[in-house]
Amino acid sequence: MLAFVLIAIVKVLVVFTAMLLIVAYMTLMERKVLGHMQVRFGPNRTGPFGLLQPIADGIKLFFKEDIIVPHANRLIYILAPSVMVITALVSFAVIPFGDSVTILGHKVDMVVADVNVGLLYLMAISSLGVYGLVMGGWASNNKYSLLGAIRSSAQMISYELSLGLSIIGVLMITGSLSTVKIVGAQSQVWFVVYQPLGFLIFLISAVAECSRTPFDLTECENELVAGYQTEYSSMKFALYYLAEYAHILVISSLAVTLFFGGWQGPFLPPLVWFLIKVFIFIFFFIWIRATFPRFRYDQLMKFGWKVLFPLSLLNIMITGIVMSVIG
Amino acid sequence: MIKPLLKGLGLTLRTFFTRPVTMQYPEEKMVMYPRFRGLHELTRDKEGKIICVACELCAAVCPANCIRVEPAEGPTHQRFPKVYEIDLLRCIFCGFCQEACPYEAIILRENYETANYTRKDLLYDRDKLFHAYQK
Repeated sequence: MLAFVLIAIVKVLVVFTAMLLIVAYMTLMERKVLGHMQVRFGPNRTGPFGLLQPIADGIKLFFKEDIIVPHANRLIYILAPSVMVITALVSFAVIPFGDSVTILGHKVDMVVADVNVGLLYLMAISSLGVYGLVMGGWASNNKYSLLGAIRSSAQMISYELSLGLSIIGVLMITGSLSTVKIVGAQSQVWFVVYQPLGFLIFLISAVAECSRTPFDLTECENELVAGYQTEYSSMKFALYYLAEYAHILVISSLAVTLFFGGWQGPFLPPLVWFLIKVFIFIFFFIWIRATFPRFRYDQLMKFGWKVLFPLSLLNIMITGIVMSVIG
Repeated sequence: MIKPLLKGLGLTLRTFFTRPVTMQYPEEKMVMYPRFRGLHELTRDKEGKIICVACELCAAVCPANCIRVEPAEGPTHQRFPKVYEIDLLRCIFCGFCQEACPYEAIILRENYETANYTRKDLLYDRDKLFHAYQK
């Protein structure tokens, strides 16, 4: 019993620290990659190759003035960023990042919690993230914040639908909601082969879920100043950003888990394979940001409801037909 | 509809692997063109003496009125500038002084790093202009 608790605590701590570290360095990676895609260097003055930049940014944000706007609803205003961060970080719990290892006679699964309804848990938690956004937008008592929050909640709810439906194909094949089982089922063929359409829908809705560039209407500067986070400063602002990047990390890991065989791969250790695949996805997110301009709001809604939603239903239907035909 | 999206992605990926055009300023500096008009220099003759004869044509032609010359007489009765001041804060780097000079005694050269902290520091006197490009 004690061993179980200890193992769980150690796993949580390790995953938590690793996530924060990866998130911090994702900001640097984003700036570097964006810079190189725009024929410039990106940050390269703080330390070798700008490697100390995230630390410098963190220190700077700590010492910024923490402003709470006078007419804000203080409790909700303070609560909102933490809701975002907690939901983003906690959803990583069901992502398996390696094979189970035996340490001192105890079998340790390389996943924080192997829940048998893992995917459902993940979907539920990431839906909660919208609350942080809406609360922040509402509590700021600012029209731009509120508009941004309304927009993003509408966007996230619309795209969560197609995100959830695109996963169903994978669930039909494995017949399990457990992420560990889904990874195990891909030891022969990655599910991206069986579910190309599902993967495409998942990818597009994932970008929209994270409100990244082609779909970043939540913080679209030229209309909404900065959307729901207009009134936030200092560490609260940093928390919102942390949540955003953590969300990208979680979605990338989810994509790897569902469609690209999770931690499985030849020669290299499982954790390395997992990180390589995840970072390819993160790179893809940044790559998309460097390439595409922002959607218009009506285009976004139309695309979500009239293209992605029917397509994901179609994908489920095709999967069902093929499965019943094959056996 | 999909093809242009892929084309755009291809373009950014290709750009990602090209070398950035950014100049790392304090380490590498831009090489200016020969006719660039930067900081002035009072030129010297073969013996290393100041060429300027303090005819004050540069001061007369200067549209910004930033040059002040006071002539004096040397030991062999030649004219030389006792005072030659250029207020770089007023100077518009038009190069008229160089054009007006009959002896090519003042030329505008490649140095563009003239920033300084006080107004006084930017009032360049004769010796400062004379040694402007000497290490």
